[in-house]
Amino acid sequence: MTAIPATKAAVLPKLQRDWLPVLLVPIVAIVAFPLIGNFSGWLTLTVAGLAMGMMIFIMASGLTLVFGLMDVLNFGHGVFISIGAFAVTLVVVPLATMVQADSVLANVAVLLLCAVVAMTLTGALGWAFERAIVRPVYGQHLKQILVTMGGMIVAEQLIHVIWGADPISVPPPEAFRGSVLIGDAAIERYRILAVAVGLAVFVAMLLVLNRTKIGLLIRAGVENGEMVEALGYRIRQLFVGVFVAGSALAGLGGVMWAFYRQTLTPGMGMEVMVLIFIVIIIGGLGSVGGCFLGSLLVALVANYTGFLAPKVALGSNILLMVLILMWRPQGLYPVAKR
Amino acid sequence: MAEPLLTLAGVNTKIGRYHILHGVDFAVPKGGITMLLGRNGAGKTTTLRTIMGLWRAAEGRILFEGTDLTKLATPEIARLGIAYVPENMGIFADLTVRENLVLATRERAPDARRLQWIFGLFPALEKFYALAAGALSGGQKQMLSIARAIIEPRKLILVDEPTKGLAPSIIRNMITAFKELKQTETTILLVEQNFMFAESLGDGVAVMDDGKIRHAGTMKALAADRDLQQRLLGLHLDAHQ
Repeated sequence: MTAIPATKAAVLPKLQRDWLPVLLVPIVAIVAFPLIGNFSGWLTLTVAGLAMGMMIFIMASGLTLVFGLMDVLNFGHGVFISIGAFAVTLVVVPLATMVQADSVLANVAVLLLCAVVAMTLTGALGWAFERAIVRPVYGQHLKQILVTMGGMIVAEQLIHVIWGADPISVPPPEAFRGSVLIGDAAIERYRILAVAVGLAVFVAMLLVLNRTKIGLLIRAGVENGEMVEALGYRIRQLFVGVFVAGSALAGLGGVMWAFYRQTLTPGMGMEVMVLIFIVIIIGGLGSVGGCFLGSLLVALVANYTGFLAPKVALGSNILLMVLILMWRPQGLYPVAKR
Repeated sequence: MAEPLLTLAGVNTKIGRYHILHGVDFAVPKGGITMLLGRNGAGKTTTLRTIMGLWRAAEGRILFEGTDLTKLATPEIARLGIAYVPENMGIFADLTVRENLVLATRERAPDARRLQWIFGLFPALEKFYALAAGALSGGQKQMLSIARAIIEPRKLILVDEPTKGLAPSIIRNMITAFKELKQTETTILLVEQNFMFAESLGDGVAVMDDGKIRHAGTMKALAADRDLQQRLLGLHLDAHQ
């Protein structure tokens, strides 16, 4: 098969790229700087916000695709975060010496193993969850909410049964404890790691979505699933794949969240779901780029307002969502729907 | 008359509590263009969607080269070599023209010679190859929708009202494109409201009303019989000249 011939670049009109939502993140950071008043405080808050945003993005990215691709309201997504977090204990307890070892290699190996175990476990559970709980209620939003909430409650109780009701402490591996000094600002090492992992996941998702046929199918399916089927592709299989991948990503997010909080509780996934829903609504349902920006905005605004006006911090995310939806009612990057 | 490629026998389709098709019977001969005409709400779009499996037939059989399509899911029907151009064009607005075409191919990329042939039929697609499909004009979107259906050889193409809302100059281009396509011996079932368009392309014709086939024959015979047109379609050819 011969390749597609090169097109005449000279006659191509310029693509209208929408940069405004991207600019929101630096604008928020720049506006916060004079309000905070000192560079080290601003840098600490900004890195903390970016780290938290990246972790929210990892947890939310799968859900936004599930939402966009099959119009499924999975309120049980939080359980994959909790299970991913608890899966950490399956690795750090038997490998406690490697966690505490003064070796970056051993520490990174523990983290990678945690990610692999958590993603495998949550991916497999995601497959079972889709078959047993989500599949019978396609196209029925109210039932989806009730059934997935029910599934989450059952799974949370199972966590109680397996790991007990008491909080479990999980300090991060030795190499990711403590801080590095940048000027006067102390930046936690784990937060730098979270930013790096979040960026890696985002870039990987962009590459898959834009450079592979599976990615094309997912993007097309989010827009018009019926037409994807009419082109000969089984969208149900595609959806199962996305659901499993989304659950595995939530598991990875759970691992990152577990080491960030350093304490495991069965409800930790559910607690973060409100933020996740805000993020995917702000970003535009089904939009990975929007989800990424939404996560960063939500986390940065929460951190800045938490420092500047702690009393309004709780409502800052809702206020942010209201403002963005007043500006763009379909979210930052609305996905074209049939 | 060529042997039928597609045969509908007693097809009934219900959407919710509405009974739309009431025993549709007709055959699409292999090769050439068969027009499916009828007033708004006659059941033309429902017929195409039922053939594609997008709405399930409650009764009856749809035979394509001996295979009963009513037992197959939409992707399996498409994989038999049936392409569908829906009324709303169904293009993926967030994807580029190139990505829309890539998605319609079974291979990794469209065949270069076929792509050049398509660019010859629809030059705008080459010009806007790297542009998001959502940025195209209505006519260009329709061209893309048809290009996607012919990017690989298909046995049967179902096209739903390709001229809807298009300027006369674009309709003329489209007639040329379909005439070229006809030379490739592709079979086309084309739903249309524009009688002049139908007359210029159609070999066979079936006329629907109230979810049933009221007339089937040659387009030439229908075009020559003004009384029949008046009776079946409520129009007179003079009104369209």
